[in-house]
Amino acid sequence: MRSQIIANLKFKYRVTNTNGNLLEVRDLRTYFDTEDGEVKAVDGISFQLKRGETLGIVGESGSGKSVTNLSIIRLIPSPPGRIVSGQVLFDGKDILALKEADVRRIRGRRIAMIFQDPMTSLNPFMKISRQLMEITQLHLGHTKSQAYSHAVEMLETVGIPDARSRVDNYPHEFSGGMRQRVMIAMALSCEPELLIADEPTTALDVTIQAQILELIKTLKRSTGASVILITHDLGVVAGMTDHLIVMYAGKVFEQAPTAELFARPGNPYTKGLLRSVPDPTAQQGELYQIPGSPPDVAHLPAGCPFAPRCQRAADICSHEFPPFVQLTAEHFSLCHFADEVYEESRSEVRP
Amino acid sequence: MHDDRPTIPGDLDKPEPGLTPDPAPSYREGDVIHTAPEFAIAEADVLAAERGDVIPGTSLWRDAWRRLLKNRLAVFGMIVVGIITVASVTGPLIIKQLTGLTPDYIPTDVALLRSIPPLMAPDGSFSWTHPMGTDNQGRDLLARVLQGGQISLMVGIIATLVSLLIGVSYGAVAGYLGGRIDNLMMRAVDVLYSLPYIIIVIVLLSVFRSQTARGQVVLLFVALGSVSWLTMARIVRGQVLSLKNQEFVLAARATGVSTPRIIFRHIVPNTLGPVIVYATLTIPTVMLTEAFLSFLGFGVQPPLASWGSLVTDGIQNIGIFPWQLVFPGLTMALTLFSLNFLGDGLRDALDPQMRKL
Repeated sequence: MRSQIIANLKFKYRVTNTNGNLLEVRDLRTYFDTEDGEVKAVDGISFQLKRGETLGIVGESGSGKSVTNLSIIRLIPSPPGRIVSGQVLFDGKDILALKEADVRRIRGRRIAMIFQDPMTSLNPFMKISRQLMEITQLHLGHTKSQAYSHAVEMLETVGIPDARSRVDNYPHEFSGGMRQRVMIAMALSCEPELLIADEPTTALDVTIQAQILELIKTLKRSTGASVILITHDLGVVAGMTDHLIVMYAGKVFEQAPTAELFARPGNPYTKGLLRSVPDPTAQQGELYQIPGSPPDVAHLPAGCPFAPRCQRAADICSHEFPPFVQLTAEHFSLCHFADEVYEESRSEVRP
Repeated sequence: MHDDRPTIPGDLDKPEPGLTPDPAPSYREGDVIHTAPEFAIAEADVLAAERGDVIPGTSLWRDAWRRLLKNRLAVFGMIVVGIITVASVTGPLIIKQLTGLTPDYIPTDVALLRSIPPLMAPDGSFSWTHPMGTDNQGRDLLARVLQGGQISLMVGIIATLVSLLIGVSYGAVAGYLGGRIDNLMMRAVDVLYSLPYIIIVIVLLSVFRSQTARGQVVLLFVALGSVSWLTMARIVRGQVLSLKNQEFVLAARATGVSTPRIIFRHIVPNTLGPVIVYATLTIPTVMLTEAFLSFLGFGVQPPLASWGSLVTDGIQNIGIFPWQLVFPGLTMALTLFSLNFLGDGLRDALDPQMRKL
């Protein structure tokens, strides 16, 4: 099936300048005005994404992963949300400063998104063909017949059997995994340079999960697109991403190349997350969990937001906000004890 | 979930006399047997999908249609409405072909033909010429009832179409844009809502009073349509409010679809269920209003007739010539009942809460 997928690919390589950053986010802050006060959903996030690279954003529910990515293409519901400050440089242009009409030209054309729940992200009243045709008619100026054949082609690309007849079905006639494939087909039909996948496998069966991830990986490789993969599943990002960002309470807690982060985490929160992944080889016993629950982002404590749950929290943690420590060239950690944690990780023997 | 799984009853575990008990029973009392049905289904699904089997799905509409057909009252309503519509449209023409009578034909010897009872000739003998008798001008009542049906149904349908057009777009725009614009638009609706609409219609009709009977009917369409969209706007706004937060709308926005297109291509079709139901229930309401206005003398003017104006004419002679009231009244009542049954049936058929049937 995979060979068929590759055979069906008709994408041109778009990689022009591999060293340049496709996306650069600088100090992005997105706040929400709620009755409970100001919620700092994303509070000063910065990262770069090179062409062809994959970035993973990991964190618990409510840590600001999705808001970050909705901010990138300016889809924050406003009110109550507003982007307070920051820059989102996409191919050198600040998306946050563009006119709405110009952003709309980028959405779907150059930056595409895949959403979490394939069951609800397709319009139940529109045939698959119409939903797929809409995008290419809009962005690529396809005629109806061009768009239609392109839609069939895209469905074949993402591995939907008998695409020619299925293209005129309604979403409810597809299974969850098939719908997610349709979503991917939609997202990729204009050959975007950046694909944002917001928990693309969370709502799917484990067997389907692997297929979908493999599909994204294959398509990414053949189109040269950059990918931002949002997930709360560390197992998903391990084999998929080049860089990782660990988010907690709207802040970046740790940022590092994936292999480095897994091998030598420099933040107690990351360590906790890694320990929470069940180890199938270990004898059945208590599963590890980080004590406590994520904080109320509207009422963050004065010091480190993770301090109340942190096992190595000291006095300083509860009243002083931690520094963003640079551990290596590409490894950053938000912790008072980042260096110590990093050293400990080195000495620990990890399988 | 857990309750569905079979459990091992306790007494099965007790060793039977004479048999060596199993040293380590694999099941204990209350143990849940995991049959892993979810996994099995998922795998079957995948295999089926990979083979390209088309899993036949029933569409929402086909499903709703099936449920509608199960509802006897709704089917009855549908049939009656169908018959009355066909009769109203073709009836006057057929009568003209058969007897030469038109709804507005006043015979020359009025005195002789005035107010003949049903199925009678002027001399009192049996006759098929006037199955419903004649009115006090000597016009054939059946022809007038059918022609009145044309007007009544047309008023109902056109006013409902206007309410669909204005109400749906107004409500959808208000609901989708939200915030201050929504507030402004809906307060305007509230203001209009608080005015007694009968009075608005009466004022509209008396200010723009038309010279011709046809002009008066057009005015009636406009007047009724202009007030009947308020509730529709509210219903659609409510629907849109819940729909606009669904992921498919976000997905559409993320692909760069423009706002008007999202509202009218993506969201409005999703409100169709409640809209159809409410529209079906609007038709009888508007027809009743029309009858009421005609009854008050503001509606359809002679020589045109509507069921309301026929009832008005009939009520003047209710003691002597009761058929002049009974026939138009009954026809109207039957139609209104049927439309309401149909509307109720549609609501039940399209309501997702009822899908358990």
